[in-house]
Amino acid sequence: MSKNNNWSILLKGILKENPVLVLILGTCPTLATTTNVAGAFGMGIAAMVVLICSNMLISLLRKVIPENVRIPCYIVVIAGFVTIVQMIVQAYLPPLYEMLGVYLPLITVNCIILGRAEMFAGKNSVGKSALDGVGMGLGFTLALCAMATIREVLGAASFAGIAIPALEPYKIEVLVKAPGGMLVYGLLIALVFVITQGKAPLKKSFSCAGCPNAKHCHSACTEIADPANAETKEVQ
Amino acid sequence: MSKQLTLSVSPHIHSGRSTWRIMLDVIIALLPATVAGCVIFGLRALAVIALTVASAVGFEALFNLITKKKQTIGDLSAIVTGLLLALNLPANIPLWQCVVGALFAIIVVKCLFGGLGCNIVNPAITARVFMLVAFGSMTKAALPTIVDTVAGATPLAPEAATSLGDLFLGLHGGAIGETCAVALLIGFIYLLVRRVISWHLPVVFIGTVFAVSFFLEGMNAVAALSAILSGGLLIGAIFMATDYVTSPATAWGKVLFGVGAGVITVLIRYYGVYPEGVSFAILLMNIVTPFIDSWTKHKVFGKGGKKA
Repeated sequence: MSKNNNWSILLKGILKENPVLVLILGTCPTLATTTNVAGAFGMGIAAMVVLICSNMLISLLRKVIPENVRIPCYIVVIAGFVTIVQMIVQAYLPPLYEMLGVYLPLITVNCIILGRAEMFAGKNSVGKSALDGVGMGLGFTLALCAMATIREVLGAASFAGIAIPALEPYKIEVLVKAPGGMLVYGLLIALVFVITQGKAPLKKSFSCAGCPNAKHCHSACTEIADPANAETKEVQ
Repeated sequence: MSKQLTLSVSPHIHSGRSTWRIMLDVIIALLPATVAGCVIFGLRALAVIALTVASAVGFEALFNLITKKKQTIGDLSAIVTGLLLALNLPANIPLWQCVVGALFAIIVVKCLFGGLGCNIVNPAITARVFMLVAFGSMTKAALPTIVDTVAGATPLAPEAATSLGDLFLGLHGGAIGETCAVALLIGFIYLLVRRVISWHLPVVFIGTVFAVSFFLEGMNAVAALSAILSGGLLIGAIFMATDYVTSPATAWGKVLFGVGAGVITVLIRYYGVYPEGVSFAILLMNIVTPFIDSWTKHKVFGKGGKKA
């Protein structure tokens, strides 16, 4: 972390450390729920609520949770909040519940939430963890909405379910199918890379130390740790 | 590109080969097929070709302008990509889809990967596959305007039965440039004479399709012959698969590529959802090309042979 002040914790999730487009976490819900803007927005908000709550609780419990069993503990906390969110959505927003289907309970295993617990909430104070949750949640929601807008407008000629008749004859249907999702995702990652000029933090700078695989994953961590090998340096 | 490769001490004779010259040869080789396509499918085909080529060149110029790179449209490769893509489209395709296809080929497949020589797959074939998946109009092949054929869709569709002669002259439905076998073979011979391509890849590719079709059709030579004359096999094998950037460098590598592409083509034709598999086959083999290249690498001089 270059600056530890609260603003940078909040803002880094939106572009510089965008969970989807820079950290490449949570790709499964990203590809699956971005066929329409409404679903993407709902998914983003639901994940954000879970993320903020779990970040805070895990941060509170960070001195209580034993190091060796922290992943199961995190999952229990996250699953608890997901269940709450799922029940609330089912009770008050049944259309959204129908639309998201299995992806709503699957927030439990969304790597963004577990990732932030592991990388941030397990090591930082409650306030900072909450800010991190808000920032990352916003970044996730914005990325999903951007992707869903492109896919829905160009692929289905509608926005949030409202049809755009002018675009109807010019639909590129593949964009709302799986290959189109991959395509738009890749292009957005490239775009964000250009915008941030590759200054996005490398994985190393937000901890390999706590990573359970650190011992086994030589390639990824050592390569990134060595600035000469990091391709992002070439851009500057 | 090639201008930077001057190396070592003098004297050297420049062979006169340059990217520009090779691309020009490919364009010349494609001319018979282009003309044949325009004759068979009428003015509409000409419009598709002109628009696709123009937008391909335009997008490359625009990309270089925006990213402040050296202007590369002078090497003619964008024209080749646009022309190849256009020849792979049916003449009755909506014109805006041509522009989208050219955009995909040039910007996404070629420029974003670093321009000519850095693309991992052939831009024209990838754009064709993209359009095949994206637009329903790609599967409804145009019918020739100069003859009253009753052939529906492409001859590969089961209901259509076209005689070998018509297949050879290209008087059947299909994409603009893929139907006229004679014109494509003239282009093939020109490329061979000019030594732009070697014979290995196209001959092995087409031979494999012939052999496997022959076997699957119950040893029926006529059916196997019409299998290689129909669909996009000839244009794919001669012009698309032989792209320098995305095909193996060695002769054995080209043979491997040809066998693989041939087998995949026939499998998709007979067992797949799509009636034609050439573009998918070439695309898949493009992706494994680096592996083929490393398997078939020449031994470095002095490193091979038996140990004494």
